[in-house]
Amino acid sequence: MTANIGQAGNPQATAARERSLMSRLLGGEFQQLPVFLSLVLIWIVFEILNPQFITSRNLSNLVLQMAEYGLLAIGETLILLLGEIDLSIAAVSAVGGAILAELAANNVNPYLAILAGAASGAIIGLFQGFWVTILRVPSFIVTLAGSLGYLGLLFVLIGQEGTVPIMSNTINAIAGNYLPAWLSWLFVVISIALVAWSVWRNKAARRSMGLPVKSSSTMWVRVMASVIVMILVTVVLNAYQGVPIAGLILIVFVAGFAWMSQSTTFGRHIYALGGNEEAARRAGINVKGVKIAVFTLAGLLAAVGGIVGASRLGAASTAAGGSDLLMDSIAAAVIGGTSLFGGRGSIWNALAGALVIGSIENGMALLDAGTSTKYLVEGAILLLAVTFDTFTRMRRQKLGR
Amino acid sequence: MTELGQTSKHVLEVRGLRKRFGAVQALDGVTFSVAAGEIVALVGDNGAGKSTTIKMIAGVEQPDEGDIVFEGESVRLSSPAIAEKLGIQTVYQDLALCDNLDIVSNLFLGRELRRTIIPGVVRVLDRNEMERRAMPVLNELGIRLPPLDTQVASLSGGQRQTVAVARSVLWGSKLVMLDEPTAALGVVQQRAVLELIQRLAQSGKAVLVISHNMNDVFKIADRIVVLRLGRTVAAFERGNVTPEQVVAAITGASAVEEVTS
Repeated sequence: MTANIGQAGNPQATAARERSLMSRLLGGEFQQLPVFLSLVLIWIVFEILNPQFITSRNLSNLVLQMAEYGLLAIGETLILLLGEIDLSIAAVSAVGGAILAELAANNVNPYLAILAGAASGAIIGLFQGFWVTILRVPSFIVTLAGSLGYLGLLFVLIGQEGTVPIMSNTINAIAGNYLPAWLSWLFVVISIALVAWSVWRNKAARRSMGLPVKSSSTMWVRVMASVIVMILVTVVLNAYQGVPIAGLILIVFVAGFAWMSQSTTFGRHIYALGGNEEAARRAGINVKGVKIAVFTLAGLLAAVGGIVGASRLGAASTAAGGSDLLMDSIAAAVIGGTSLFGGRGSIWNALAGALVIGSIENGMALLDAGTSTKYLVEGAILLLAVTFDTFTRMRRQKLGR
Repeated sequence: MTELGQTSKHVLEVRGLRKRFGAVQALDGVTFSVAAGEIVALVGDNGAGKSTTIKMIAGVEQPDEGDIVFEGESVRLSSPAIAEKLGIQTVYQDLALCDNLDIVSNLFLGRELRRTIIPGVVRVLDRNEMERRAMPVLNELGIRLPPLDTQVASLSGGQRQTVAVARSVLWGSKLVMLDEPTAALGVVQQRAVLELIQRLAQSGKAVLVISHNMNDVFKIADRIVVLRLGRTVAAFERGNVTPEQVVAAITGASAVEEVTS
């Protein structure tokens, strides 16, 4: 709704603007809408079924539960944006957690252990990225094979006992401690200030360049909505024990990677590659470099998720990295509206998708639903999300040309 | 018929290009030239070597033999990046656009403008500056597009073609090559794109167009170069030739007009 080249002041311009808002809604450009609506629906249903659901204590729990696959989902979203898939992230996260636990058990400085755990994920990601881009083996196979290999590695690291307990207080604090209320509010204030400043700066810049300024209403609705959500979440979490550190880690990573994907050249190139790899190549984009970097980041994020997971469990275990974690992460990305066909989706939506998955798991646990029901419901939701994605894609192709 | 003169006015001169793919002699002596402000149409039947020729000038393929002279200097175009750096832009038939990105992102794809947030550390995309730079170029060519933050997926075929052409203009190219620019378009859109190509030439760029469509060719081309079986078989001035004669040269039905270089 900005530049109307050569038609400024044209009465058609306003009509075009209204039409484009409508087509944007239908064309799935407001990708957030479906996932947020389903989230609201899920919460209402669970709250009706069990009033324990929307309580500070349970929501705080929910944040802790979703932190691990939320982090994995960020990486998976980046990979899906390329039009690739990574089936190894759960196994990589387990390896990251195991390396952390082993090092901590050998009295290595906990921060160093955390760094080493995270680095192991990045190295695995780099290796996979190399295999996919240079040797051109499909990512599906590379990461599936890799996943098995890393599980083997996990047994080597942990041994047959099955678990390595984590004694370090520093590491256990990641998922066990909470921010003091004042600090969480400080973060909220800083975030609000940052958002307001960037909106204001952008407007001022456009005005001074003589570019059409976006209608403020949509912009402010968005800003206000995110401010309200931030404040609400902080109030709710502070009513229990505070904002979990794991939750803070998740939100910082989500915000950071969302910013990277939207505001940096690297992020733009990820989308370009997913949209039309050949076009990206012809435009001179370093296609291989971008792909390898994204696989590396996905590995890194998986390992960070694994560290948070290990901290929550207080141990690294051979049972970590099971297929649940993988499915939850992929489901979070896809339910968030990220297309399996590449080029469409967003990091913030992965967080929303993780919330959906987390809410369902948490809610069904509260209802004492069996594992069978849980799997059935999750499977159905994943299938629906992918079907929705396929249909919108077909619709786009029909309209596109 | 035109002599293929050696004047330095010629932005591009191609001499005796040959290329063999395995058993197939794809090009067997292609010779022509394009001057600044001139539109040259490259015509020929399927398999005559039009696309291969364009690919060589774009740096996608390299000739086995022959010379490509750009602005008076013999050049070796070993990659598309080198060709682009020299000022050779190609608008491909399959429109190398990213559907999922908006117009301005496509215009600046691979050459995004950035601004510094933390000196030496963080630089971010400067969307506003990109839009600001794009506007005068688009206006100058009389290009009308929806708002620049519209996704390319929602544009019509003509608008997409326009974006692809605008992209080449924005990058200060000296030679623009278009592969079947009107192939997938409706009548109105075809006319708009043809006008755009003419304005491109008026702004002083050398334009090379591949086309199957004789109407288009006769509407815009200053000269028509005919390829058959990988050779340049004729070169006509538009004013001195009828479509029938061109078609005859394409199919080889008439006495071939040999071109000497």
